[in-house]
Amino acid sequence: MRFLFRPPAAEATGLLALPWNEPLEQWDPDLLLEVPQRGISRHVVRFVASGSHVFALKEINERLARHEYALLSQFEEEGLPTVSVLGICVDRPAAQEAILVTRYLEYSMSYRWLFSSPRAGHSAEQLLDTMVELLVRLHLAGVFWGDCSLSNTLFRPDAGALAAYLVDAETVERHRSLSPGQRAYDVDLARERVGAELLDLRFGGLLPEGIDPIEVAEGLPPRYAALWDEVTHEQVFGVEEQQWRLTERLRRLNDLGFDVGEVELITSAEGARLRVETRVAEPGQHRRELLRLTGLEVQERQARRLLNDIVAFRAHLEQKTGRPVAESLAAQRWLAEVYQPVVEAIPRELAGRLAPAEVFHEVLEHRWFLSEKARRDVGTAEAARSYFATVLPQTPAEVTTPSVRAGLSPDA
Amino acid sequence: MAAIEMKNIVKQYGDGFPAVNDVSLDIADGEFMILVGPSGCGKSTLLRMIVGLEDITSGDMLIGGKRVNDLAPRDRNLSMVFQNYALYPHMTVYENIAFPLRLSKTPDDEVRRRVTEASDVLELKDHLERKPANLSGGQRQRVAMGRAIVRQAEAFLFDEPLSNLDAKLRGQMRTEISRLQRRLGITTVYVTHDQTEAMTLGDRVCVLRKGKIQQVASPRELYEQPVNLFVAGFIGSPPMNFLPAVPKGNRLETPFGDIEIDPARAGKLAGHDLLMVGIRPESFEDATLVEESKRHLGSTFRARVDVTEWLGDSQFAYIPYEAPEAITTQLRDLSRELDAEDLRTQAIVSIDSTSRMREGREAEFWLDSRKVHVFDPETGENLTRDAEAGAELTRLATQDRVEQVEESQQRASADGGQRDGGRRGGATAVGSA
Repeated sequence: MRFLFRPPAAEATGLLALPWNEPLEQWDPDLLLEVPQRGISRHVVRFVASGSHVFALKEINERLARHEYALLSQFEEEGLPTVSVLGICVDRPAAQEAILVTRYLEYSMSYRWLFSSPRAGHSAEQLLDTMVELLVRLHLAGVFWGDCSLSNTLFRPDAGALAAYLVDAETVERHRSLSPGQRAYDVDLARERVGAELLDLRFGGLLPEGIDPIEVAEGLPPRYAALWDEVTHEQVFGVEEQQWRLTERLRRLNDLGFDVGEVELITSAEGARLRVETRVAEPGQHRRELLRLTGLEVQERQARRLLNDIVAFRAHLEQKTGRPVAESLAAQRWLAEVYQPVVEAIPRELAGRLAPAEVFHEVLEHRWFLSEKARRDVGTAEAARSYFATVLPQTPAEVTTPSVRAGLSPDA
Repeated sequence: MAAIEMKNIVKQYGDGFPAVNDVSLDIADGEFMILVGPSGCGKSTLLRMIVGLEDITSGDMLIGGKRVNDLAPRDRNLSMVFQNYALYPHMTVYENIAFPLRLSKTPDDEVRRRVTEASDVLELKDHLERKPANLSGGQRQRVAMGRAIVRQAEAFLFDEPLSNLDAKLRGQMRTEISRLQRRLGITTVYVTHDQTEAMTLGDRVCVLRKGKIQQVASPRELYEQPVNLFVAGFIGSPPMNFLPAVPKGNRLETPFGDIEIDPARAGKLAGHDLLMVGIRPESFEDATLVEESKRHLGSTFRARVDVTEWLGDSQFAYIPYEAPEAITTQLRDLSRELDAEDLRTQAIVSIDSTSRMREGREAEFWLDSRKVHVFDPETGENLTRDAEAGAELTRLATQDRVEQVEESQQRASADGGQRDGGRRGGATAVGSA
């Protein structure tokens, strides 16, 4: 047998003791972790905990395993929203298939849970928008998915919205850029698969009333076309308005969560032609900023939310002391006095149901809701108590992220 | 169903590299066409241009007589079969086949008609109400085919569909695809790098090399009348043996002795000093086992046997030989291009399984000189190819195909008539219930 691991692979050493020579299906259940919120797969997939991480193991043809391993490594380095791959095990005895090992995406959920949960605040529209955004991002990077479906996508709550990640790269092809035909084909596959997956949920009695699988599926191509056009179209305008047109376009792209790589402005007698090269990386402006200020690693929308709270906290400090407070100092105090107390107050039995930053975001929402009702600011501490008692328990225990259930402490 | 015509198709990438270079190919309505060649030959690119995944740099692509160069994939109405199919656990087999129609809002009656027809062809009729979890590997693949059938596409396209299956399922699916294609009589384009798949499945096989068509012919014509060294070396397993040969009148001097060829063929070799003779493994025999009446049709030679492989029903012997530099270089290039491992300066010959030939000893071999081909080592051209004989082989294959499709369609319409009657009865029963 041979193991190929990407650095940092130190966390994987604990995995070596697993019975790789046996078919995954026959592994002792005691070695495995149940993950109820997972999607459906054509392959045998199992989960294990090791060190402070949870890993997903997938039994798959060696050629595909190597292909997927190489691509996922590449994607991660480029900052594309995909799961992180750890390695592969090949040359298993009795001509068994290879095993691909990926890191479990903590606090992620499959669409099956998002739709079938009693707390399904996420509408089909929201899910679709997230997915379309992922597809556009991948297409901008020259990635042809070939199997875009809800099952091959994982969703993470991100400050009330969702963030989507590619989890299956078996059929992915990497090109320098995609032809319109490749994009159209990918979108069409996605439309069909999403439709089928929702139909399947309906047959299983798991789809809420009021969601029409066919209608949702048909909504996908126009949404994709609109977003693609928004991020790639060339604009022509008069020279005199070029400055505000450019600013407006860049702001719009940032609002949509896309970074801009290069701007090309060509002026001629007819006016100016603007071409922007939209960057394909995972949105990161706010994440990086929050990481620099606080050391917290969260998702983009969550980061924006937390940064806004830091800004408000800093203003509050300045008002109280009557003099300017440095940003870094404000951030450190916010972390110790505002954020940590909320996170540490999460009752043990409710830990791991949502990522700490998501809990914090929801507490802020809850505080706003309570304050409006009470016509006064109830404060974060009171809001947190009420939230833990009434709101968080509605997120069912099954979605508790596997590492927390396994007694590990995830950093995400 | 429709014919697919390609006229001077070129695919050039940004760097100017022509992945497909001036390909013209007509695929008849109902024909099973294989695109085959080693990696980088352009077979997948060509298929993708048919589907609409790759832009066509120049040339015309026609499906059913209509130019489709600028049509989106969906508007070409083709079906890529097996592409990463998923089975949905809560849906019955019936619904797993029907869902593409549900998504296009096809009326229920029509859905029922098409799914019933497809499940008849696929022998899934008794499983329609089951959930996919209870299906065997082969049945699952057939559900995927069912989805392709109910779409009523103009053609089926397969892109190395079996490469990820284990050997047993691969064999099963090959038979299944072949049977299905005949029953439906649907135009099919199938890409593979595996020459066994190519030979067993296709009505005609298009052999590609570096973006150019080498030969388009029935498997038999490719095997018996290859147009050049590349096709001769690619088609056949174990492969054709290539030996250096010096022409002397009606004889070829080779490491395996002199081979006499008929004057008409010898005439085509005039003006060459060094040639390459290609001999299929089965053109050899253990000389002691050749009937007297056949002996004069070939020549005999003695050689040391390096290794023998006895397989029960057949036997192979490996005979090393010497070759001049010019020939070994050619052979090395050829094996590299064909992704073959061995440098072929040893002949693989097929001998009767009863032969007692021993490893490491010298033995006498007989060689059927009627079937050898002689190649120009510089250009690779087959100098002794009989184009007419080749064309006749392909004509016969085409005739077979037309007959088979007609028969299966007659059978299907006979069955269909009965089923229509049955269905009307069923509908009435439901209506009156």
